[in-house]
Amino acid sequence: MPLLQLNNVQKSYQQGNPVLTDINFTLDRQECVGIVGESGCGKSTLARCILQLERLDQGEILFEGTALQNKTEREIRPYRRQLQTVMQNPASSLNPKLKIRDSLMEPFRQYGAQVSLTHFQHGSEEQLARQLMDAVELSPDLLSRYPHELSGGQKQRISIARAISLEPALVVLDEPTSSLDVLTQMSILKLLDHLRDALDLSYLFISHDLMAIQALSQKILVMKQGQIVDRFEKVDLFADERHPYTQQLVSLFD
Amino acid sequence: MKSGLTVNKTRATKVFLSAFLILIATITVYAFLILKHDPSFVDLNERLLPMSWQHPFGTDHLGRDMLTRILLGFQLTVGYGFVALLLAVAIGVPMGVIAGFKGGLVDRLLMRVADAFLAFPDTVVAIVLSGLLGAGIENLLFAIILVKWVNYARLARSTVVAERQKDYITMAKINGLSEWRIMWKHLFPHLIGHILVLASLDLGKIILLISSLSYIGLGAQPPAPEWGAMLNEARPYFQTVPALMIYPGLAIVTVVLFSNLLGDYLRDKFDVKKEVAE
Repeated sequence: MPLLQLNNVQKSYQQGNPVLTDINFTLDRQECVGIVGESGCGKSTLARCILQLERLDQGEILFEGTALQNKTEREIRPYRRQLQTVMQNPASSLNPKLKIRDSLMEPFRQYGAQVSLTHFQHGSEEQLARQLMDAVELSPDLLSRYPHELSGGQKQRISIARAISLEPALVVLDEPTSSLDVLTQMSILKLLDHLRDALDLSYLFISHDLMAIQALSQKILVMKQGQIVDRFEKVDLFADERHPYTQQLVSLFD
Repeated sequence: MKSGLTVNKTRATKVFLSAFLILIATITVYAFLILKHDPSFVDLNERLLPMSWQHPFGTDHLGRDMLTRILLGFQLTVGYGFVALLLAVAIGVPMGVIAGFKGGLVDRLLMRVADAFLAFPDTVVAIVLSGLLGAGIENLLFAIILVKWVNYARLARSTVVAERQKDYITMAKINGLSEWRIMWKHLFPHLIGHILVLASLDLGKIILLISSLSYIGLGAQPPAPEWGAMLNEARPYFQTVPALMIYPGLAIVTVVLFSNLLGDYLRDKFDVKKEVAE
């Protein structure tokens, strides 16, 4: 059974103006699927649908074989810790009024009592916090700082640490590197790659940046105007039978 | 140069604020110990006396001790102002947070009510309401709360509307927090500074409102030693014994000045630099 399965997903915000049409794909455990497409192609809406922040018009999204879209928020809540995300803008994904420790430990404080982790020791909150900072290669001194005292890259590392803190099954990475400079992008991608191996994570990596996508993903889907127009294994990226739109993206990549 | 001036100004404000807080604490705690006189004890043989050891601020037209009345007036005017303010905040802030967070019909309904109140100046609404309900300090307080909660509702709402779109709210939802917990844990810290600043500035305005309505006879009724009412009682003696108006007047000025300085001080202290730095 795949970890995530999308069948014929349709979504529109206004009648007659579909944002997503007929999206089908599966994502297996410990796999990274990349979705590439230009701004406004529906990537972020897709991420919001998978994260159960939007209702679908049609079709279904199965998470570990369970369709969540007809459940109430209360029923979905137990699944949320398995279904984490890192968002594009590190500045706005941390509450500026809260210390890093409070933002980072939010999932643990919410679910801590119910979870058993295999890779992290979570005897105490402090113990887990230090291990998480260690995992994303940050000094534990930052825990008592406020977000405005950290750089964009550091903030994004905190977001990643928060997303992996309860060892989720799937992490949706919605443009996690897009607002960072090139060097920071590289180090974040390297970190994500390392964490996937270390913690047996699965990623759905959404980006407009084909270079970032192919650095991490085995399977790549190309989205255009709310549809998946091309899908292939990473090794076939430069093959001749690629969709013209993919070839166009590849040519930009050079 | 500039920084030196700012430092001095802040220090002066701090000194004034601390001195005033100590004064308030002393008066509240010791009022009954230091006051030797009954505030409404009438002695027509001792009317309109000048300063003396017996009556440090003299006596009024009915022979009542002025110092006693001013100090008890402090408890009355500032105390009632404080109560009105607390209730206005307690009603306005939750209303605004809910309106801003929920949006939709709730929001539109609440904000139209608020707009209706805002269409008239505070003083006019307060005068009309306390006129309709009848003179008396309780009705005046009710009128003030009704006028003032709107400001807090609007302030809370606009802050919440600005914040609720941010990613960290979505993250909190993904992390399984309920709407109430999100409001409490994530939105409340954004409100507290703004609310404190507005409230401390409002305290002065409310005290002015209580005093001015009592002055025209709609608030506290004689013989209550409310400062506005005292000003009104002292009117006939304005030319012969101006001290009767000067003491309550000075008391009002001091408290309003304190409220404004406190507001300025808090505004600097809760400066939104943290967000600007992003």
